[in-house]
Amino acid sequence: MAVATVIEDQRKTEETALITGSEAIAVACKLADVDVITAYPIRPYDTVMQYVCKLVANGEMDCEFIVAEGEHSQFEIVKHASACGARVFCGSSGVGWMYAMEALTVTPALRIPMIAMVGNRALDDPGAFGVEHNDALTVRDLGWQLVWVDNAQEALDTALIAYRVAEDRRVFLPCAISCDGAFLTHSQALVKIPLQEKVNEFLPPYNRGDLLLHPDNPITVAPQGNEDWVMEIRRQNYAAMERSYTVIKEAYADFERIFGRSYGNPFFEEYMTDDADIVLMGMGTLSISVKVAIRQMRKEGKRVGFVRMRWFRPFAAEELAKSLQRFAAIGVIDRDYSFGSPYLGGVLAGEVRHALYPGPGKKPPVVDFICGLGGREVTVPDVEKMADAVYNAADGKAQPLTQWIGLRE
Amino acid sequence: MGRLFAIEIIYRGIFQKTLASRMSRAIVLAAHHEGKMGISFGRYGDSPERNGIPAKNFAIVATDELTLQEGMAKYEPKDVDVTICVDDTLCKGVESWAWYGLQPVNRLLKPGGTLIVTSREGPEAIIAMAHRKDSPYQLSILKGTVSFSGLWVYKDDHTDVRILGAIAKILPDLFSLKSVQKAIVDEWKDELKATSAAKSYERTTSITVQPNQGNPEVPYKFDLPKWHEMGEGIAIRSIPAGHKMDDPVSHAHGGFQPDRNPTFKKFSTRTMRPVVNFDTCIKCTLCWLQCPDSCFDVTPEGLYDANMEACCGCGVCEAVCPVKECVTMVNETEFSDNSSQWEDWRKDKEGYKTWLEGKIKSHPERSHGFRYRGQYEEQIPEMLEIAQQK
Repeated sequence: MAVATVIEDQRKTEETALITGSEAIAVACKLADVDVITAYPIRPYDTVMQYVCKLVANGEMDCEFIVAEGEHSQFEIVKHASACGARVFCGSSGVGWMYAMEALTVTPALRIPMIAMVGNRALDDPGAFGVEHNDALTVRDLGWQLVWVDNAQEALDTALIAYRVAEDRRVFLPCAISCDGAFLTHSQALVKIPLQEKVNEFLPPYNRGDLLLHPDNPITVAPQGNEDWVMEIRRQNYAAMERSYTVIKEAYADFERIFGRSYGNPFFEEYMTDDADIVLMGMGTLSISVKVAIRQMRKEGKRVGFVRMRWFRPFAAEELAKSLQRFAAIGVIDRDYSFGSPYLGGVLAGEVRHALYPGPGKKPPVVDFICGLGGREVTVPDVEKMADAVYNAADGKAQPLTQWIGLRE
Repeated sequence: MGRLFAIEIIYRGIFQKTLASRMSRAIVLAAHHEGKMGISFGRYGDSPERNGIPAKNFAIVATDELTLQEGMAKYEPKDVDVTICVDDTLCKGVESWAWYGLQPVNRLLKPGGTLIVTSREGPEAIIAMAHRKDSPYQLSILKGTVSFSGLWVYKDDHTDVRILGAIAKILPDLFSLKSVQKAIVDEWKDELKATSAAKSYERTTSITVQPNQGNPEVPYKFDLPKWHEMGEGIAIRSIPAGHKMDDPVSHAHGGFQPDRNPTFKKFSTRTMRPVVNFDTCIKCTLCWLQCPDSCFDVTPEGLYDANMEACCGCGVCEAVCPVKECVTMVNETEFSDNSSQWEDWRKDKEGYKTWLEGKIKSHPERSHGFRYRGQYEEQIPEMLEIAQQK
């Protein structure tokens, strides 16, 4: 199930714990020796703050733990703490993330390497608890690095990698780690807890350098600026996001060297794609049912592969396009919606089509599936139905470009 | 292509905001009576305006729609037929919140274009303040006290219609007196205002300002850095705190002069400036403490010298000073440079005393609008007197 492949077995020195995805992130905060953590309860993110509380109460972790009076303050407090040189963590879910929106927009603009966990949750209304990816995706254009994980081990490892990338002086951009509500935040799995000394080797202390807000380094942060300045400021963030791509690669290579666990291509995971006719794509925990379905379909002779996007921002467009051109057709499973978007599809499908468009080479047809909204189960038969539709697209059969799967109709 | 007209109104933010927008609106409406079309707008970068900060309004008029589009395809006009300056102290230069560096008041004027200034001063004083221009231009002075008809209070002293009447005389192709009177009556339902416009039309004259006339100083400029030259994270590095001062006579070294932003001078915000009587100063520190712009330099002997690169002319120092006529606000038109009063005093105490008394006597303070009820009525005789001068 876990994507992490062990190159060199180090488990003899590492302990294994049965913990949820949220707890794995809390453990990463402890290992990263985070200085300031702010919290405000909302399901499913609140599981992280519960675990952090426990670590602090048990004396296992030393940090400023502040419960704010709402998400907006929650994100503002860590933004300021980070400007003063503190390593920070916070997070939210669904409409809580929305309530913090103004703070979320200024955080990348001020080059704050904040790490946040988004426990993905459907946006209100209706007030639902289950997973949808629209919450985290609302910041996709603002300079947040966005990554999706699909298991607790990856959640822990990615949190460490996120600190390493975000706090790199070449980047200094926030990063949100998306964990599917319930499927990842509330289910316990066996997770290898890395040794502290290795974490220390992997993750240097946060150095805010010349941007440190401190009396010994007098600077003014976030003044008013008119049209003479705004484009240049945006261009700087563009460059930082561009550099993030390289820094992510370096961080994964170092992670593999130090911890002995490899994630292969950092940006997306490929599953059984070597000989695949068609591929499905998606983000987060729906990968599990897709992989099971693929193994079943292969018994029936259908050579289906799967590409799971990890990093949504930065988006590895060239690499992805190069890989996808090998297949006869692509099916994108969107656990999100973008009403009125081109071909009325979801967000990920739009990005994938966009990635394919400028490339030289082939442009395989892309079929979009809206599926699993509000935490609805993505079943193995659902996946098989989607694969059939992708085969039809490969054969050039006419069909809607966007299809709702698992809907009562 | 048809003909394109551009009129610029330079005014003091907030204090004259309504005056400026009423004029640029009426210009378009008057031209519309002659079948022309146009737009009226404030320079967006000047917003949010603050008290006294230089700001601009524009009226763009054209003989047809496509020509108007040519005028609208720019953020603001690159050259104008008429510049209206409704505060004569702005003739020293304009630095708004929309750009960096001091811009001459006549910067946008086309060769032969006209600068209209409302002032009590004569042409010599205005020409001395305005920077030199490569080509000749016309200067027309609308006699009167500077109108403060702003966001909070509208002092209806007919400055608006008097300027509109003057435009009809200066640029008859834009609109006739008849059209502008019609626009005035339509807009403000006031025949008296239309009469004022006609009176101003009759009295408006202009003189030619040659390239060798005016302030020879090259206005300071500021180069905007490229994106990769700028610091990241929207963080601005502070300038050093400050340094000691040198006495030009005794060569004593002491006191404290704060270092100031070299790229934003602020002084074009000023309509009046404090003059300081160093002989009566009791060194109470109140001016230095209360100045919102930290404009006071502390001299080696512990006196307070208002630095004219940093003074915005707010008048707080005068208000808090406990000594009679120790700090006095004087109309900015009285001064031709930003030199240090303390240095002048150190070099020649008697000469300084004469200079100081002259300044205080010749020009009373200015006010930004009303300070008390009935103040406007008190000013009417003086305004009448000016209005009746030829």
